Amino acid sequence: MAENVFIALQNNPDAQPIIEAIVDDNPGAVVNDSPGMVKIDCPKRLVIKRVTVEEKIGGEFNLQDIHLTLISLSGNIEEDDDEFVLHWNF
Amino acid sequence: MAEKPKRLNLNQKYQLMTRGLDWETTYQSMDEVFPYDRYEGIKIKDWDKWQDPFRLTMDAYWKYQAEKERKLYAILDSVAQNNSQLNISDGRYMNAVKIWMQGVTPLEYAAFRGFAMLGRGFRGAGARVACQFQSIDEMRHYQTQVHAFSHYNKYFNGFNQYSRIRDRAWYLSIPKSYFEDAVSAGPFELITAISFSFEYVLTNLLFMPFVSGAAYNGDMATTTFGFSAQSDESRHMTLGLEIIKFMLEQHEDNLPIVQEWLDKWFWRGYRLLGLVGTMMDYMLPKKVMSWRQAWEIYWEDNGMALFNDLARYGLRPPKHHEAATKEKYRITHEFWSTIYQFSHATALYTWIPTTEELDWLSAEYGELFDTVYRPRYEYWQELHEKGERFFQKRLPVVCNVCQIPIFHTMPDDPLMNCCLVSEYKGTKHQMCSQGCLDIFNREPEKYCQAYIPPQQIYQGNCGGASLEDYRKWLHIKDEETGEYYGSEDHVMWEQWQAQAAKPTGVAPAS
Repeated sequence: MAENVFIALQNNPDAQPIIEAIVDDNPGAVVNDSPGMVKIDCPKRLVIKRVTVEEKIGGEFNLQDIHLTLISLSGNIEEDDDEFVLHWNF
Repeated sequence: MAEKPKRLNLNQKYQLMTRGLDWETTYQSMDEVFPYDRYEGIKIKDWDKWQDPFRLTMDAYWKYQAEKERKLYAILDSVAQNNSQLNISDGRYMNAVKIWMQGVTPLEYAAFRGFAMLGRGFRGAGARVACQFQSIDEMRHYQTQVHAFSHYNKYFNGFNQYSRIRDRAWYLSIPKSYFEDAVSAGPFELITAISFSFEYVLTNLLFMPFVSGAAYNGDMATTTFGFSAQSDESRHMTLGLEIIKFMLEQHEDNLPIVQEWLDKWFWRGYRLLGLVGTMMDYMLPKKVMSWRQAWEIYWEDNGMALFNDLARYGLRPPKHHEAATKEKYRITHEFWSTIYQFSHATALYTWIPTTEELDWLSAEYGELFDTVYRPRYEYWQELHEKGERFFQKRLPVVCNVCQIPIFHTMPDDPLMNCCLVSEYKGTKHQMCSQGCLDIFNREPEKYCQAYIPPQQIYQGNCGGASLEDYRKWLHIKDEETGEYYGSEDHVMWEQWQAQAAKPTGVAPAS
């Protein structure tokens, strides 16, 4: 049964710490490289945690800054100041 | 460490800057002020239940959009200064960019108008604010695309008449009619059509594999505006999904209405995207993925996951999606064969793929390609080599709904042309598929009024009934049309390649 959520980010230095944080926090995440772009699939739920991105950067990070590198996504979104979550409810 | 001043959290800021700035009107009733958001039958009990999951507010919107524009325009300047037109993979590639300019860019402008209406039309402040952002986004996409393509217009044919031919060229009535159908519907149908069916379900196929393909083919301008635009699309898609869930949660009577809209707009969007698939399979000299593969990833996997999620509201996948999946092995070949035969009546060049490209298509599409489409291309190639390049002498019959020439075949028989007829008020109307026939029969009074370009041309309403007269009316020169090999674009491209090969090559003429 089709059950993946996904997020696609530009393949640039700004996105790198976000991609690394996603891989750390989501054991089921599969990273697909394509020219200029990285698409990350994950079954049912994918989370981006602010603290993990901040550890990678070594500084502060506002989760809304993902708008600058975001290409596309699929899944219901829950966002607050600490987490950005994509999920399906079935 | 000094304590930071307390800031509003995301949710508080969102509430203050949407609901907090809204009010109930008193000089006029709310129904007078928002006259259009009830007549479609959608019942809304509580507009406050509508939430933007991104919690985007106007201050954050301006900040992020300004940053995106700064990045984008720095790159567009660099593209122009560094003669980046020389770095694309092949001169043929530019024809995909021409389709974008002629077919997609005007849609951005149409979307700007549509969402400006929605930003005024809904009585809920949250939905209104999100639509206002989207309206400004769409205007930005239109402007950045015109700006990016203006550089290519200095060198290549096919760009300069884009706004005129948007209204006049037979093949551009395909995207144009799609949007005009949407903006002439009510506000809830419009937002379902564009934000959900088009942006959520289908535009990933345009902005992800195709723009990644632009990156792979060295087109820095298209890659940059494409991904910059798509970052806005993520918001638009989210708006689309939220509005669907919102309508379904507000009242059970909304379900059958929403389902009918999804059935209609999935099929219309799918038909339109056949053109994008054709750009991917035939117009990208360096391939990222085939249409078949993209359809499997973005519809069969991601799209079905979405509908699995929506099943809890009683919504089922759109009608005829099985037929779309059956067609994944053939739709782009049928489309390219048609554009190939009619490109003397377009501002595009077409060609027969190289042997390596045909081998790639064989590997991606298997037996059906090898038995049906490849022999046809090889035959046309032989004719071309004998100096008898094949062009159609007549105009195509086009579908009364999607306006695509009736070249599609039966879902279960790729050798049988599909042309379905509906009679309404004494006139016969032809449709390309059961999907388009259902759409016509649901609203015949709307579609019987459609402007059908080939009929208008034969009636003499488009500058005259001959091809020469018609091209003149389009303001397209003969040199901008037809076969790629030997065209002005091709000759220029070969000169650039020859100059690049010489160590003391002179700068290309501008």
